[in-house]
Amino acid sequence: MHIDPVMRRAYNIEPEYCWECYSCVKACPQNAIDMRGYADFAPLGHALTVLREPEKGVVSWKVVYRNGETKTFRFPIRTTKFGSIKPPTAYPEPNLDELSGPLLAHEPEYLKVEGLPTLHTKKEAE
Amino acid sequence: MSVRSSKAVHRVDSDILIIGGGMAGCGAAYEARYWGRKMKIVLVEKANIERSGAVAMGLSAINCYMGMRWNENRPEDFVRYARGDLMGLVREDLLFDIARHVDSTVHLFEEWGLPIIYDKQTGHYKREGRWQILIHGESYKPIVAEAAQKAASEVYNRIMVTHLLLDRNKPNRVAGAVGFSVRDGSFYVFRAKAVIVAAGGATHIFRPRSVGEGAGRTWYAPWSTGSAYGLLIQAGAEMTQMENRLVVTRFKDGYGPVGAWFLALKAVAKNAYGEEYERKYVEEQRKLYGDYVDSKPFPTCLRNDAMLREIKAGRHPIYLHTEQVLDTPEKEELGWEDFLDMTMSQSIVWASQNIDPKKRPSELTMSEPYIMGSHATCSGAWASGPEDVSPKDYFWGYNRMTTVEGLFGAGDTIGGSAHKFSSGSFTEGRLAAKAAVKYVLDHADYTPEVDPTEVEALRERVYQPLETYETGKNMIVKGTVSPIYLYPNQGVIRLEKIMDEYAAGYGSMYMTNEFLLNRGLELLIMLKEDLEKLAAENLHQLQRAWELHHRVWTAEAVIRHTLYRKETRWPGYYYRSDYPKLDDQNWHVFVNSRYDPKTREWFMTTRPVHQIVG
Repeated sequence: MHIDPVMRRAYNIEPEYCWECYSCVKACPQNAIDMRGYADFAPLGHALTVLREPEKGVVSWKVVYRNGETKTFRFPIRTTKFGSIKPPTAYPEPNLDELSGPLLAHEPEYLKVEGLPTLHTKKEAE
Repeated sequence: MSVRSSKAVHRVDSDILIIGGGMAGCGAAYEARYWGRKMKIVLVEKANIERSGAVAMGLSAINCYMGMRWNENRPEDFVRYARGDLMGLVREDLLFDIARHVDSTVHLFEEWGLPIIYDKQTGHYKREGRWQILIHGESYKPIVAEAAQKAASEVYNRIMVTHLLLDRNKPNRVAGAVGFSVRDGSFYVFRAKAVIVAAGGATHIFRPRSVGEGAGRTWYAPWSTGSAYGLLIQAGAEMTQMENRLVVTRFKDGYGPVGAWFLALKAVAKNAYGEEYERKYVEEQRKLYGDYVDSKPFPTCLRNDAMLREIKAGRHPIYLHTEQVLDTPEKEELGWEDFLDMTMSQSIVWASQNIDPKKRPSELTMSEPYIMGSHATCSGAWASGPEDVSPKDYFWGYNRMTTVEGLFGAGDTIGGSAHKFSSGSFTEGRLAAKAAVKYVLDHADYTPEVDPTEVEALRERVYQPLETYETGKNMIVKGTVSPIYLYPNQGVIRLEKIMDEYAAGYGSMYMTNEFLLNRGLELLIMLKEDLEKLAAENLHQLQRAWELHHRVWTAEAVIRHTLYRKETRWPGYYYRSDYPKLDDQNWHVFVNSRYDPKTREWFMTTRPVHQIVG
């Protein structure tokens, strides 16, 4: 998306490389971006609109069919507050001797099993 | 004043440089910071990390989760599954390594706030299929990006990395990368002690099904420009399985994925005459491809092969019978969320064409081929595995290090380990980053140096398309027809035509042979020469120009590998008409290549496939 300097509005500079991912639609603070399906195969008269509300943790969709039928959907998007993730530095510093071992950060605890699996067949394979 | 000299130059030094801020890059940033508390960790991304990579629009499922805590699967089970699906050719050490760690990644995602759906009866995550769990994944990428942003020292958005830099003193050792800002055009020289390439696989090297305004509707993102391969090949890294392109069965035109429909909703695909066809050709397939037809589940490429046989016989459209499975409001919502979370275009197809999936079936078809080492195929760099699991010839000191010293990879970058998807790519980023931290500490007394002459030459080269346009534009009246230069989009279309018609795209029914491949290679090399004459009117086109370079390098590797493997290993992905059978006696091996950046020659070889899981 680029801003047109004369109109001072956003437009899609290269629709043939648009993925219809709605990232720009969701990000626009004015909810000003309208979408129309690809001309190659989408007959006119349809609409798919979205409202993403991060503070409420939900996304809402409205589907409008070419024949006028509509459907609405609402899904959760996050169970915690945006910005609430604990950075890796909030955890105690690891022992650097463990750098040579196979465990990743927070393992084995986060695996929720006794220990990290390994293969006992290694010797035979060689 | 030349364009080049008008642009500022920024130098950014780091311990670890991560190229690409998708799932793999975010995993790398998190893990690098966990182990390298005092290190400078820099992540560079060509879009904005919050919505970049293949997960930008969201996902409705995590496709790689073992469920070890509920005894659902063991890592060995995953290795057997991927081996069967890939017709025997996988790096079992890499797969095992992803599988044994991936659950801890998913548990971390859940703690961060990713809504994972639970099965109320079992109390476990709700399964879509044996390996897949259902999520409300609209914000999957922003959540993961938040963690990465908190972990990295600096995140550089809107910087397109064009080339890796090698050490001027030590041969075959990485030293950094260069790129430019797609917003202000300034030049960036990144110097690093270790580099992790977590860039994207390749779309748009084969002609897509829609070629007008809808050309961007490919299954994998159009911004996946093969940088994972283009960067590595030019740096001299050994590549593996570049012939192992991926063709996916999708809802026609919208490319809605079929996984949730087949696995969770139990929908059935039938030909136009209402006949189930998937197992119809098993005995014919057995004659050509052997006992791989008995793999459970039935390999993806063989399912494609069955569909293609139906299409060639004129018994299409193939229909997915959604109308037979959406019998409750919950199922209808699941079906719609599947697309609204990750393929809105499919919802638009339904809305625009008046298709209510509760009432009417939807057409399925097969996509154009993609090159992507994180999805269901094995293209990518040949990398070291983990010390405690890998056979000797698969291990050289640091997990996920390529054959270039200090150069690591994750996600689409690493070959031989299919079926990683989002969670596995993030996990592989973690594995690579932990090893990179160790590499930097082990080599603390050595700092690689970039060659200033090389950097200067690259700076000139990177901006050349802007210069070419400025000097050439007045030789024509108006428009895009110039005898002296080529626009990036014209180059992409030529590339797609070559690959589709000579290297087994959908337009040739995924069929090729030695004659076609050699002719395709000849035309591709002319295109590669023409890349020196690319023109860019602005920074956006300059980015497209360098993306095209990466795509063409990827395509060249695909053709060379496809030529080298003299068999048909993955029917339904591509066929060699001159070698129509699977040939385990000669080709139960990896096909590897290496481009020598000094001599500019390609070397092809094979590497053994070790079975380490029974």
